[in-house]
Amino acid sequence: MSPASHDHPPGGVLFEVRGLARAYRLPRTSLLLPPRVLTAVRNVSFELRRGETLGLVGESGSGKTTLLRLMLGLEQPDAGRVVYHGGSLRRDVQVVFQDPASALDPRMRVADIVLEPLRVMRLRGDHAARLSELLRAVGLPEAAARRYPHEFSGGQRQRIAIARALASRPRVLLADEPVSALDVSVRAQILNLLEDLRVGYDLTLVLVSHDLSVVRHLCDRVLVMRAGEVVEAGDTRAIFRSPQHSYTRTLLESIPTLKKRRAASA
Amino acid sequence: MSAALDVRDLHVGVGAVPAVQGVSFALARGRRMGLIGESGSGKTVTALAIMGLLPDGLHATGAAVYDGDDLLTLPEDRLCKLRGDRLAMIFQEPMTALNPVMRMGPQVAEPLRIHRGLSRGDADQEALRLLERVQIPDAAEKMRAYPHQLSGGQRQRAMIAMAIACSPDLLIADEPTTALDVTVQAQVLQLLDHLVEEEGATLLLITHDLPVVAQICDQVMVMYGGRIVEVGETEAVFSQPRHPYTRGLLDAIPPIDRDLPDRHLKAIAGSVPGLGEFPSGCPFRTRCPRADEACLEMPAMAGNGHPVACWHPVG
Repeated sequence: MSPASHDHPPGGVLFEVRGLARAYRLPRTSLLLPPRVLTAVRNVSFELRRGETLGLVGESGSGKTTLLRLMLGLEQPDAGRVVYHGGSLRRDVQVVFQDPASALDPRMRVADIVLEPLRVMRLRGDHAARLSELLRAVGLPEAAARRYPHEFSGGQRQRIAIARALASRPRVLLADEPVSALDVSVRAQILNLLEDLRVGYDLTLVLVSHDLSVVRHLCDRVLVMRAGEVVEAGDTRAIFRSPQHSYTRTLLESIPTLKKRRAASA
Repeated sequence: MSAALDVRDLHVGVGAVPAVQGVSFALARGRRMGLIGESGSGKTVTALAIMGLLPDGLHATGAAVYDGDDLLTLPEDRLCKLRGDRLAMIFQEPMTALNPVMRMGPQVAEPLRIHRGLSRGDADQEALRLLERVQIPDAAEKMRAYPHQLSGGQRQRAMIAMAIACSPDLLIADEPTTALDVTVQAQVLQLLDHLVEEEGATLLLITHDLPVVAQICDQVMVMYGGRIVEVGETEAVFSQPRHPYTRGLLDAIPPIDRDLPDRHLKAIAGSVPGLGEFPSGCPFRTRCPRADEACLEMPAMAGNGHPVACWHPVG
């Protein structure tokens, strides 16, 4: 372990999630049968503390993204509640999505993309200075401001999306599979950037990923989700060392590693 | 033992822009070879060239010898007899590679009808056996399903079922597990492993995911900028990489069993250049920490057992 670079004193609770549930009605497959219901999230409770990095892991369909959308207020829960104990949720909580290509408007210049949250939220200040500061923070050249998203590589586009997320000086950054769409060599750059920004801007980070090694690398605490429920929660290192739930064990055993050769036939 | 496939000096161009430059390798029968590299490195184009499936506008030169025939010059009708029978490919995206308006049963049975001349009834029976073999739940029911009614993992497994229908000698799998969850990925890898084991097939596994290669491949080739830059036994390449690019890829993977200082990974500088934008000489030199003026010229592959194309190899 390095010097206490990621040992945070237990901070105050920023998000309080209690008994959260959300279900979706599926399209009818028959006129005679009632429409089926997909329960995306059920009975999820947890707290997000200031300054921590929380990982959400689970397979596709486990409810990770729905949970993020509920936290952002993009969805209303069927039951339970999400309480944000900061100030303005809209301004304080920002998100970075998986695919930067579809998350950026192709007809807008980078400057307009990055500053749009400030305009939409009517935040005053020296926008030009803020733009330069944001581009510098995410490692993009000043000249990027006048260009369009398609002129950038995948990793650079993700940097643009991160700059936009940081524009309103959020306290919480939600990252939904932020490196899954990126090349291996670029992934490490973006993970390093997220960690630098977390420390530099005192961010609380929620990282959704199906890649357990990414979560193991960056997160203090982890929630393991399966079929809409949290099956295990706790300190990342403790969970990776001795998972308690059988599903967590299965997940961990399925991670391919560089050393585990031919485990399949063993 | 003779090679199942012998690729010699393969070049593929997109117009005047080279996408694959002088790729040579031999696949030993019954072995599992990994081909790793990032998007834009030329992995998929190499596979498509071997299978004779290059899209219009791309042309290949060199040779890809299978069973005494050069696949690159073989007439289309003879290639069609081989593809889906002796040579099979699993494509990256099952959603686009499957026919959306054909039920899974007939779709999986198609290679058997074409290459084995089975009757519809016999082919259906065999298709069901294949779907069961790749562990698709409720296989009998899924025979009547359309691709969109299957989950991503099931579609990928159905593709594998089609590819192995005629027990191919050579199976090329292009990112077969990239879109899958880890538990499904583990099952698919196990399945591929068993196929090679039980049927004596030869596998070329194309992926950007190094740990996946470590799971099932005996040997691995590393590709960058349309060239193969390192080849060796998987264990040797991953434990003692020689090319700075391979070293960089390995360092960029978060370790699962230890903490890194300041939670920082060693990242490779820059990103993969676009097609036609790679530098002259060694394609990696603009991102390489060890590059100097020697790298203005492309180094040849050198070294026994674990050759590398680098003027300043690691270790």
